[in-house]
Amino acid sequence: MWRAVLALIVKELLAVLKDPKSRMVLIVPPLIQLIVFGYAATFDLNRVPIAIYDQDHSEASRDLVAQFLGSRIFERVATLQSARRITPLIDARKVDLVLSIDRRFTRDLLTHQPAPVQLIVDGRDSNTALIILGYANSIITDFSLDWMQAHGERPVPAVLDVRARYNPTLSSQWFIVPGIVAVLTQVVTLLVVGLSVARERETGTFDQLLVTPYRQGEILLGKGLPGLLIGGIEASVIILAAVLWFGVPLRGALFPLYLGLLLFVASVIGIGLMISSIAVTQQQALLGAFLFMVPSIMLSGFATPIANMPPLIQDLTWLNPMRHFLIVVRGVFLEGAASGTFLPEYAAMAGIAGTSLFAAGWLFRRRVY
Amino acid sequence: MPAESELPPALRLEGVSHAFTSRGRTAAALDGITARAERGAVTGVIGPDGAGKTTLMRLAAGLLQLRSGRIEVLGIDVARNPDDARSRIGYMPQRFGLYEDLTVRENLDLYAKVQNVPRAGREARDGELLHMTGLAPFLSRLAGRLSGGMKQKLGLACTLVRVPEVLLLDEPTVGVDPVSRRELWEIVDHLVRTERMAVVLSTSYLDEAERCRSVLLLHEGRLVGATDPASFAAQVSGRSFHVSAAGTGKRQLQERLARTPGVVDATIQGAFVRVVTESGGQLSAAELSPQATPLTIVPVPPRFEDSFVALLKSSSPATASPGQAIARGETPEENGSRGTPSPPETTGSAGNEPVIFADRLTRRFGSFIAVDAVSFAVRRGEIFGLLGANGAGKSTTFRMLCGLLPPSDGTLRVAGYDLRRAAASARGRIGYMAQKFSLYGDLSVLENLRFFASAYRLLEPHRGARIAWALEEFGLGPHADAVSRELPLGFKQRLALACALMHEPEILFLDEPTSGVDPLARREFWRRINALAESGVTVLVTTHFMEEAEYCDRLAVLAQGKVLAAGDPESLKARARTAERPQPTMEDAFIALLEAASRPRAA
Amino acid sequence: MREPIERLEGLLRKEALQIIRDPSALAIAFLLPAMLLVIFGYGVTLDPHRVPLAVVVEQPDAVAQSFVAQLGGTPYFTPVHFNTIQAADRAFDAREVSGIVWLRANFTRQLASEGAAPIGVIVNGVDANTARLIQGYLQQVWATWLAARSRERGLPQGLPVAVEPRVRFNSAVSSRDYLVPGLIAIVMTLTGALLTALVIAREWERGTLEALMVTRATIREILLAKLLPYFVLGMGGMVATLVLAVTLFGVPFRGSLLVLTGASALFLLAALGMGLLISSVARNQFVAGQIAIIVTFLPAFILSGFVFDIGSMPWAIRLLTHIVAARYFVAILQSLFLAGDVWSVILPNALALGIMALVFLGAARLGARKRLD
Repeated sequence: MWRAVLALIVKELLAVLKDPKSRMVLIVPPLIQLIVFGYAATFDLNRVPIAIYDQDHSEASRDLVAQFLGSRIFERVATLQSARRITPLIDARKVDLVLSIDRRFTRDLLTHQPAPVQLIVDGRDSNTALIILGYANSIITDFSLDWMQAHGERPVPAVLDVRARYNPTLSSQWFIVPGIVAVLTQVVTLLVVGLSVARERETGTFDQLLVTPYRQGEILLGKGLPGLLIGGIEASVIILAAVLWFGVPLRGALFPLYLGLLLFVASVIGIGLMISSIAVTQQQALLGAFLFMVPSIMLSGFATPIANMPPLIQDLTWLNPMRHFLIVVRGVFLEGAASGTFLPEYAAMAGIAGTSLFAAGWLFRRRVY
Repeated sequence: MPAESELPPALRLEGVSHAFTSRGRTAAALDGITARAERGAVTGVIGPDGAGKTTLMRLAAGLLQLRSGRIEVLGIDVARNPDDARSRIGYMPQRFGLYEDLTVRENLDLYAKVQNVPRAGREARDGELLHMTGLAPFLSRLAGRLSGGMKQKLGLACTLVRVPEVLLLDEPTVGVDPVSRRELWEIVDHLVRTERMAVVLSTSYLDEAERCRSVLLLHEGRLVGATDPASFAAQVSGRSFHVSAAGTGKRQLQERLARTPGVVDATIQGAFVRVVTESGGQLSAAELSPQATPLTIVPVPPRFEDSFVALLKSSSPATASPGQAIARGETPEENGSRGTPSPPETTGSAGNEPVIFADRLTRRFGSFIAVDAVSFAVRRGEIFGLLGANGAGKSTTFRMLCGLLPPSDGTLRVAGYDLRRAAASARGRIGYMAQKFSLYGDLSVLENLRFFASAYRLLEPHRGARIAWALEEFGLGPHADAVSRELPLGFKQRLALACALMHEPEILFLDEPTSGVDPLARREFWRRINALAESGVTVLVTTHFMEEAEYCDRLAVLAQGKVLAAGDPESLKARARTAERPQPTMEDAFIALLEAASRPRAA
Repeated sequence: MREPIERLEGLLRKEALQIIRDPSALAIAFLLPAMLLVIFGYGVTLDPHRVPLAVVVEQPDAVAQSFVAQLGGTPYFTPVHFNTIQAADRAFDAREVSGIVWLRANFTRQLASEGAAPIGVIVNGVDANTARLIQGYLQQVWATWLAARSRERGLPQGLPVAVEPRVRFNSAVSSRDYLVPGLIAIVMTLTGALLTALVIAREWERGTLEALMVTRATIREILLAKLLPYFVLGMGGMVATLVLAVTLFGVPFRGSLLVLTGASALFLLAALGMGLLISSVARNQFVAGQIAIIVTFLPAFILSGFVFDIGSMPWAIRLLTHIVAARYFVAILQSLFLAGDVWSVILPNALALGIMALVFLGAARLGARKRLD
């Protein structure tokens, strides 16, 4: 029996790798996505264009401006002489932030009055606006504390001592790139498995296969295992690229990562086989895969945290295998977590894999005959 | 029409060549064709699949860029003035591009508008077209829900909403049942007669050639003949015979005749073997039968196909007879030494369990009954045919027999099993060759063979031996590493059969096994099937080709899910015998059956 | 003149009937956009709220309590109390809390004596963006707490510099108001490029285009008959998204409808041009779908500024975004919804869209011939 299943797997791999269309699906989109996601999908800010409107022209105000420009985050593109230009600059998106230092800045500082500094931010991109405000606030706070110390004032009663664990520089790339492992593994596995039966249906070889002495389980195995193999290889290549090319630390062991990968790919194969057994043509399968993929990526926590979603949708994401695998892959990469901490994720993925494979088998039987 | 001969012809080709490049490889589709098609007549472009028919039609319609040569439609240079030429032709592509989610009426309206048919004459024209095609009752049906024949008729009607001067029809009769085929031809004849239209029609059915005024014979991109069909057939006049021998199976007889020197062609036609000899003159029994079996030889009028086969054999002797090993190795001598085994068609003893057995087999899809209480039995070593048009229910029956579809009702047995319920290993006793020779196109010939050998669980060293056998027997050795998608059609068919025979099955299921292949490949294929049947393999074949039906020992004719008639080809033909048609063909018989079946319902 | 109009009318009617009867067209034109709208309207947001924070107060007293009360008083955090830092650490490792606020036993003493008592904060940096936002919120809480404390004691101020942040256009800083307008570009990409490429590829596959080519319809009419219905469908998608965004999700719309219509029309023309080009390269639905997703859908998502800030991307990718039509449209959309008719944004971006529409449609027209090869 194993020889026959092996022959089925070999045939499946040959069919995928020899068809230029399928080969393209395996190589080109993942490559493009790896580059685009890896570099473009970032929430980190740098070179944010800002305008400075310093009405005080004092040593203190110049100091504050210097601290802003000293960080790599902000870049001065305009120096304003009047408030009239603020609105047009922001409106035309020439600058994201205007730092406006009041005329009374130094005087208030010296007389212990709150010295006013205005931060005018473009809120059209709300996330960028929030991050800009965060950066600007911490620069101004540092300036305040420095100033107090320099002028021999009594320090503030308490200070925040913030440390970011696992990702001290808060690099988005460290967050996104391990996520790409999950996204691309899902895309490739789903396309390979989801389209394989539809392709055979279109060419008529599926009937040919069904009249051979293969049992249904063997055919499912022969369709699923190549997906596991290809998904595993694809994931390994991206893991390597994450470590070697993007420099993301891989702090944990490979075992918990690959255990998660196995369960994840098994769930995706189950879903792919379900799509496969419903779709009659490759186009339908492609559409089905697309309709599954879009929400599953959006609602996985890949780019936007699950915790921010409404409770109902958060509950719904439990059905999404990618949500669980993202926790595993990021946990292993950045937290160096051991398999023990992933028990709920493993259990959830095993559940999804079992259910979807079973459903696929059932649909398969119903559709085939 | 006094001036007609001086006018430029409907279509003129001069030194037309065309090649396609795919994946860096160049394949010639047409090679230096010079030909013409006259006004007011049907010109047939005839050849097997891959001969270059579609390329020729597309070039004539200006749909492909002409690279070398010159094409004129009614004297207009198509390459230079494609729009002028197109405004005077009507063109119906292969599988006419109907909008399947539009109704019959909507399709007609679309073409009327796109062709700017004046509103004034439209009503009358539509009425005429609908009457001619018989589509009037189906105006609001979606085109996708029409039968193959009706689709083609609708396609033709759409092409005719504006009366063209030259009508180009690319394989209009593919996949069409004989009745619709006859109707399509009647429409074409009518157009030529009443509208003086020039029709250029391509087809791979050789029997259609006889309905054309003149024919252009294409083979592998070359023009191998351009004459009128009668004189083409006459090239072999006096060389065609019906041969029969009492006490010898027709298949053994055919096998023997085919290998006799001087015989160009030997095919089974019902109870006879049709023989075409190399040279004229009376065929002597002694020459044909050294063993002195008494032979009956009757000269018959030549057919178009006789001449075509003779022509092909003389032009390409290399492809004439590869791999006769099965025949030589297993059949005639062996059978001869067994004395005279009762030919399968006469074995009917009660103790002989049928190998394939269907009793009141029924399949419903929703409220639609695809197969309606079909019953038949096939004995060991018999070639049994399911004959019917597309949609007659033969594919559904076939799929049920193979275990691919559960019957809604009735019982069936294949080699004693219901394949759907039986253990998977029971499927190892059948071989299956699907329509269009479904193989893994991206895999090489050898990879396909290896896969099927493993799929049928052959073990070394037997596995290796069978793969070697397949390569040797089917002449696939030189192509072992070729990508099977790129094989010529005839080789695809051989590979498909090799895969189906890998595990030496007892029963062979064939679905439209020779559709589109050239006549030589078809003959070679049936020679192998005959040899298998002689060695005891039971063969079930579905077909809509009348010619394939002739090879069967017995047939069940299906229409609308029901068995209209069953029996051997001769008895079916005999039923259609009338005074004005003393020698009915299989097609005549089929049409007569269909007409008889539809008459009571119509009344 | 009557004849071409009649031909066009016939072709348009056919296209309309097909759209209505084809489930996959309906899925791409309506189901997918509706799904995206629901996901973005209800599900996806970048703004953290009620973030679970572990709070460890080793010496509970009035001062420490006042800080914790300040934390819990904001919508951003949900404090979860732990007695020891070890217990909090375990919860952190189990990903039950996103951060820890740790007030050591000597917090109040140090605060009273030399000052600058450290408030230990540990955030989970895995999700860098959320971590950064949490930091920002904590800083706000801290500054407010300081100021309140100073006021209570009659001291002049907490920190010497008073920051007055003013977020223009989106004062609530809601990410939904920023994401939903950009969605119009995605929806229009789906109908304009993906669906158009698929339906033309289908005509190639089924041979219907071959039949049309030999009729009197000119290639211009055949193309126009494809563009018009999907143009209408795309504009319909835009209107539907606009209405739902404003009524259901309460996203403000501050620009003029006329400008929105004009900009949408330009973008849709560019998208349709891309769809036509794709279908002339790939004449089967499978390949056309793949290409359309890779060259139109993904870039519209990632490289348009819809979610990710273009200015922060590496230069090579920034350069690449200039050939993504959605980039210009998203810029216009975000301004129109949140800011109004800002001509300094609209004009250059509309010009870019116009050029792209011209290039793509022109290339599609030049590439289209009444021939199969």
